[in-house]
Amino acid sequence: MDKMPKWADVVLVPVVSLLLAAIISAIVFLAIGQNPWEALKLMAYGAVGTSDFLGYTLFYATNFIFTGLAVAVAFHASLFNIGGEGQVLLGGLGAAIAVLLVPWPHWTLALIAGGTAAALFGALWVVIPAYLQARRGSHIVITTIMFNFMASGLLVFMLSGPLKPEGQMQVASGLFPDASKLPSLNDIAEMFGSDMFGRSPVNISIFIALLACVAVWALIWHTRLGYQIRALGKSESAAKYAGISAVNITMIALLISGGLAGMMAINNTMGINSPQLVDNAAGGAGFIGIAVALMGRNHPVGIVIAALLFGALYQGGAELAAVTDVQVQIVIVIQALVIMFTGALDEMVRSPIEKLFLRFGRETAVEE
Amino acid sequence: MDFFTIVQLGDASVRMAIPLLLACLAGLFSERAGIFDIGLEGKMLAAAFLSAGVSFASGNVWVGLMAGIGISVALSIIHGLASITFRGNQLISGVAINFFAAGLTVVIAQGWFAQGGRTPSLPKDARFNGLDFPGALTRVRDKMQASPGMQFYSEFVSGHSILVYLGLLTVPLSWWILYRTRFGLRLRAVGEAPEAVDTAGISVVRLRYSAVIIAGILCGIAGAYLSTAVQAGFTKDMTANRGFIALAALIFAKWRPWYALGACLLFGLFFAIDNRFQNIQLQVIWIMVLLIGSAAAMTVYALRREKIDVLVLGGLSAVLAAIALVTWFGTASGEGINMIAALWETVKVPSQLIQSLPYLFVVIVLAGFVGKAIPPRAGGQPYVKER
Repeated sequence: MDKMPKWADVVLVPVVSLLLAAIISAIVFLAIGQNPWEALKLMAYGAVGTSDFLGYTLFYATNFIFTGLAVAVAFHASLFNIGGEGQVLLGGLGAAIAVLLVPWPHWTLALIAGGTAAALFGALWVVIPAYLQARRGSHIVITTIMFNFMASGLLVFMLSGPLKPEGQMQVASGLFPDASKLPSLNDIAEMFGSDMFGRSPVNISIFIALLACVAVWALIWHTRLGYQIRALGKSESAAKYAGISAVNITMIALLISGGLAGMMAINNTMGINSPQLVDNAAGGAGFIGIAVALMGRNHPVGIVIAALLFGALYQGGAELAAVTDVQVQIVIVIQALVIMFTGALDEMVRSPIEKLFLRFGRETAVEE
Repeated sequence: MDFFTIVQLGDASVRMAIPLLLACLAGLFSERAGIFDIGLEGKMLAAAFLSAGVSFASGNVWVGLMAGIGISVALSIIHGLASITFRGNQLISGVAINFFAAGLTVVIAQGWFAQGGRTPSLPKDARFNGLDFPGALTRVRDKMQASPGMQFYSEFVSGHSILVYLGLLTVPLSWWILYRTRFGLRLRAVGEAPEAVDTAGISVVRLRYSAVIIAGILCGIAGAYLSTAVQAGFTKDMTANRGFIALAALIFAKWRPWYALGACLLFGLFFAIDNRFQNIQLQVIWIMVLLIGSAAAMTVYALRREKIDVLVLGGLSAVLAAIALVTWFGTASGEGINMIAALWETVKVPSQLIQSLPYLFVVIVLAGFVGKAIPPRAGGQPYVKER
């Protein structure tokens, strides 16, 4: 017998976790002398108050869908890919090289080339951690953390040397050619005579992100490979007994994960208003992917919802920091609380709810 | 390089190694009891902030140290709650603690001191200052002219803050606790076979909580050392990944206290070299030998194994060889000289590469080619009574 109905597991538990995170966040606001209710109102306005702000929220949400999917695919194989941050940076490197090297005549071609290169570079950056996990049993968490640090070193090296145009002061690549810029949603809206989304950078990558969600859903639940990934995640010994190669599936799951994280680069390099690769381009999105995947219960639908929420939080937090004295790091605190309550303290939230349902369920059973 | 430079380098290595060592021993107690702790970084950071803040407010650095230890232990208990009481994922809990500390320190620092997320600079008497031993020289000019023995005594032995000497003392202390006391025996047992400890009538939960609290105390000292002894105040993200490097040192040290001292001193030396020598030049031929040598070694290793090894290690070898060739051709075309002469030219090693060396080294260590490290058997698994 199920301990509780599916809707409670999918909706109620995350909502309660979120409420707990919100309560602690409110205490933090009180500790620094801010009114939590006012702060919430400011953040809500900053996230969806104008069509510009909404555009930024969607732009960040696009990032988090990619990184959330990346973490989720690895989670399905019981692997914790904490290296999304580095894979995003490498994805950006791939996209920048693909777009700067070839003068693509149209953005569709640039999108295909840049997206492929981004995914490829992101996947390549996880090859060594994946190999070490699969073949040598080195813990993927520590190795991917190390690869994050190395990725930021490599990026700074590339952006202050080989990729930097002569005479440019900023540590960044040159601007990408105009022809390769992805159309923003504002460009599309203008075709219909509207000025929706204003100057915000939200662009057609958001549709690619949604396509990626469908692809991951199909992969995990409707293909043999997805079955093998989930089987490995549930029980390595059972999967081996069923003839599934743990080494191969570990490698493949992590490569897909790295590729998805790398794909984020099309949004944050090719999609922004002045497309280029800048230092620290990932901006923590790789880590937010962890929170998004945990909150979204590793399911694409949940990930989209969680990504929208975190997009709003990120954009709202930035606006809050702009108009008040609160530092923008408040977003990291809230992110940490969400990871804590939906990830590590899941049992604390779940078991009282389960007990409630058991008692309630028993009463109805007696009445019948 | 003269003798005094070497002494200075050793001195800097010890200074750099102390926070790593304390964090590494913290991880050691925790992991020996079966609790993974990747939240070392966050605990150190929180302690660094609070000890600097309280030292500034109270003017007494010992009060600051206590506050730092207090917040670090509090975070440890949260980690214990998640991973012992509620049997959650220990890695996720550690990640959450790291982010929590990284965000909260900056937000609170701004709320309290309004200096852009840092604490004000600490005055001299609210810090841990260097202890000068009797007879030790203090001025650099005097030291440079002194005899080698005096240089060693004045620079290397004397002049550290008290936390350095305390930090070094924790190594024999940890060894004694772990290997010579009943508590230590039980602590090691609970990381290997908690069910056996439970059967003997000893509380697994209590032992594991004690272990994470000890880890909290050590991380607290490490954090306070960074903000009140090495620097005069807290700055954003000042732990600079030391918590993660400490974890790597722990694996390199195979979860043993004395080995931990060696591993941390080695990593400390890396940092000291990186700080002191900004411009490291290397002859092209050495780069070629190093890169192509490791590529060849990896290929030979891979060819005797399976297809996947050939694929991954072969690809990596190709990348290394390509970097070597690009360096060679690049030097030759840049200088306008022939290929052979280019081999003896020197090129600057990118500073980003030097800074990444500790991380690279960690990966090589983790790859298990430098001795096999076997973690405590029950590490990372929550203990469920009567499964």
